[in-house]
Amino acid sequence: MIIFDGVTKRYQDGTVAVDDLSIEVPGGAITVLVGPSGCGKTTSLRMINRMVDASSGRILLDGRDIRDADPATLRRGIGYVIQHAGLFPHRRIVDNVATVPYLLGWNKKRARARAMELIELVGLDPKLATRYPFQLSGGQQQRVGVARALAADPPVLLMDEPFSAVDPVVRTGLQDELLRLQTELRKTIVFVTHDIDEAIKLGDTVAVLRTGGRLAQMAGPATLLSEPVDAFVRGFLGRDRGIRRLSFISAKDVRLAPVPADLALDDENRPLGTHADGRALPYGTFDPETDSMRVALDAALLSPDGTAVAVDGDGRVLGVATREALDAVLRKYAGGQTGDGTPI
Amino acid sequence: MNWLIDFFGDADHWSGPYGIPARLLEHLAFSGVAFLVAASIAVPLGMLIGHTGRGALLVVVSANAARALPTLGLLVLVVLLAGVGTALPVLIPLIVLAVPPILVNTYEGIRGVDPDLRDAAYGMGLRGRQVLFQALTPVALPLILLGLRLAAIQVVSTATIAAFVGLGGLGRFIIDGIATRTYADVIGGAVLVAGLALAVQFGFTLLQRVTVSPGVRNLR
Amino acid sequence: MKSEPLIRWDWVTRNWDNGSPSAISTLLESHMLMAFLPVLLGLLVALPLGLACVRWPRLYQPTAGLVNVTYALPSLVLFSIFLSLTGLTPATVIVPLTFFTLAVLIPAVVDGLASVPDHVRQSATAMGFRPLRRLLQVELPVAVPVVLAGTRVATVSSISLVSVGALIGQGGLGNLFIDGWQRQFYTPIIVGIVLIVVLAVLADGLLVLAQRLLTPWSRARRDAR
Repeated sequence: MIIFDGVTKRYQDGTVAVDDLSIEVPGGAITVLVGPSGCGKTTSLRMINRMVDASSGRILLDGRDIRDADPATLRRGIGYVIQHAGLFPHRRIVDNVATVPYLLGWNKKRARARAMELIELVGLDPKLATRYPFQLSGGQQQRVGVARALAADPPVLLMDEPFSAVDPVVRTGLQDELLRLQTELRKTIVFVTHDIDEAIKLGDTVAVLRTGGRLAQMAGPATLLSEPVDAFVRGFLGRDRGIRRLSFISAKDVRLAPVPADLALDDENRPLGTHADGRALPYGTFDPETDSMRVALDAALLSPDGTAVAVDGDGRVLGVATREALDAVLRKYAGGQTGDGTPI
Repeated sequence: MNWLIDFFGDADHWSGPYGIPARLLEHLAFSGVAFLVAASIAVPLGMLIGHTGRGALLVVVSANAARALPTLGLLVLVVLLAGVGTALPVLIPLIVLAVPPILVNTYEGIRGVDPDLRDAAYGMGLRGRQVLFQALTPVALPLILLGLRLAAIQVVSTATIAAFVGLGGLGRFIIDGIATRTYADVIGGAVLVAGLALAVQFGFTLLQRVTVSPGVRNLR
Repeated sequence: MKSEPLIRWDWVTRNWDNGSPSAISTLLESHMLMAFLPVLLGLLVALPLGLACVRWPRLYQPTAGLVNVTYALPSLVLFSIFLSLTGLTPATVIVPLTFFTLAVLIPAVVDGLASVPDHVRQSATAMGFRPLRRLLQVELPVAVPVVLAGTRVATVSSISLVSVGALIGQGGLGNLFIDGWQRQFYTPIIVGIVLIVVLAVLADGLLVLAQRLLTPWSRARRDAR
């Protein structure tokens, strides 16, 4: 756990980058700092590994004030990923990943073996290990950056706009990869971005900062979408908050109707399509166990008759959800309440 | 061409204290000492200034001054002031003129390293010295070598001119040849110095191949 | 020697403009001629050659190689070689110095044109500029700061290098160094150094001023040499 206790950063020229920030970053989860440029999100992040020192206030890492630690030693125990990866151009990929293990005095063989593990863990072809950074694409370099940060297995990972410089398709891939890694690794991750969609997608907790370095709101992504505290947060969240909030509501409560006769199934009970005029028309499916209401509603909108086909993990049909059934679930969540009346 | 045959064909030119081998050795010795002293001052200083950012003005001023100061004037003045006879005073202008190119390029090389790289290096827990030696210097190496090469050529060139104030070396053939209107010596000496300068140039190209990481070589 | 002052002002006033070929003002004039002409000639040659190197990139490699070799040759070597071709004339200094300025100016022109951002070039083309007009109205103006930075280096070096020509009898103010050495007399040496440095600083200042006027939108990029 990382605690910011009344942290302020004031520069010599008088500008205040971070203003009396007090937040708790829970361990083993992703906390995203998001906000417009000049909101102090990067400065806040960089204060955790003492790349910037706070002017006043305290930052506690697992109960210990980080100012009591030697900066270099502190940093070796905290993974750090930045926008353009910042790889050492003169070192091969494997040695880039092994940087911190080398610093910690591991022998070359052990450090490289660990680096190879990580190269595979982040989804890179091991053949790339002997290449130099300039021979890799931006997305690949960013994966190396993540691998390098994880090399010494630090409990905390700081990520400063790590995916901002790559194209949207690659970015989505990197985000999914990070979420997959996180289910395995359970690191305490502090992630800075200016992209609210990225924050909503990745964050277990999202802290919205406003210009001038003050905290506007800190909440889970669903709560943020349903209950923005003020006009600034509302404006920053942007359009379609209602639809986006559906991503955080499970579809498991949708009441399913029996499979209608015109839905063609194969031998394994998997849907083939809806019969009409002798043709199989497209349909949409969702898995009530794992998918959100957003997926279920999307499936309904894609089907010609307005019903979404519910399937299990193997793609076998469980039933169909009519618009009325979907609506019955949605009605419970109107006004930002969960089914049992607690805010989501 | 006849001059070259006259010069290189003359057996007297190949032996004794005034022969080509002896003059070449003298030239190499003076240039080598001046270059090593200049490099051992300028490389650390340039690295330090580039790393800390303090003293950048010194670098700019020294670069401009070295370009504007007339070599011959400086040589003549220093040797007159220090007294004729020993080689030591001649080394001073040689060193003074070799320092700025190394200083400027080392400084520019270190300072010009991508700030993201510097940031990442500190962020991973490298200490100041480790950042300088493990991250900045290897990336700045091509420019540092460029500075060393320019300085080496500068030293070879200045050492040639220094024959005028009594230094030995290959410049003697040129200076004495002009004085006695022996053009074969002038041309022969010029060709020797040119060969030496090009050898230095080539030597540094090889050194660059060996020492610069392929990852950095392809950056520029 | 001990009582000899570093500078005797009476010598300076007596020799400033005494009508002889070794008068300081005469030397200054010939020095300026031998220093500036190579820069001018160098620019005249480097501009078209640099453009050609950009237009036909295959030209650049051999040109750069030649330029590097030239730059490596000591000035006295080139002066000596030209002495046998052009004899005791200013050309013996001017021609080799032109090669030196070329060694600085050709890369400057090429780098300058390369410094034009691709999006600027492309948007000019997209607006309908034909190649020649694009070159004159878009690319050259954007390249000016880099070319001028090279010109500054070439000018200052040229001013200082002329004095080496004194060793072959054509050195402008450099002749003062020979004079001072032969007579063990500090004054001409110091006058020579000071005048050369002042000339270099003035010429450099004028070029900086020219750049401010020519390209009010940008500041000089630093040169690496």
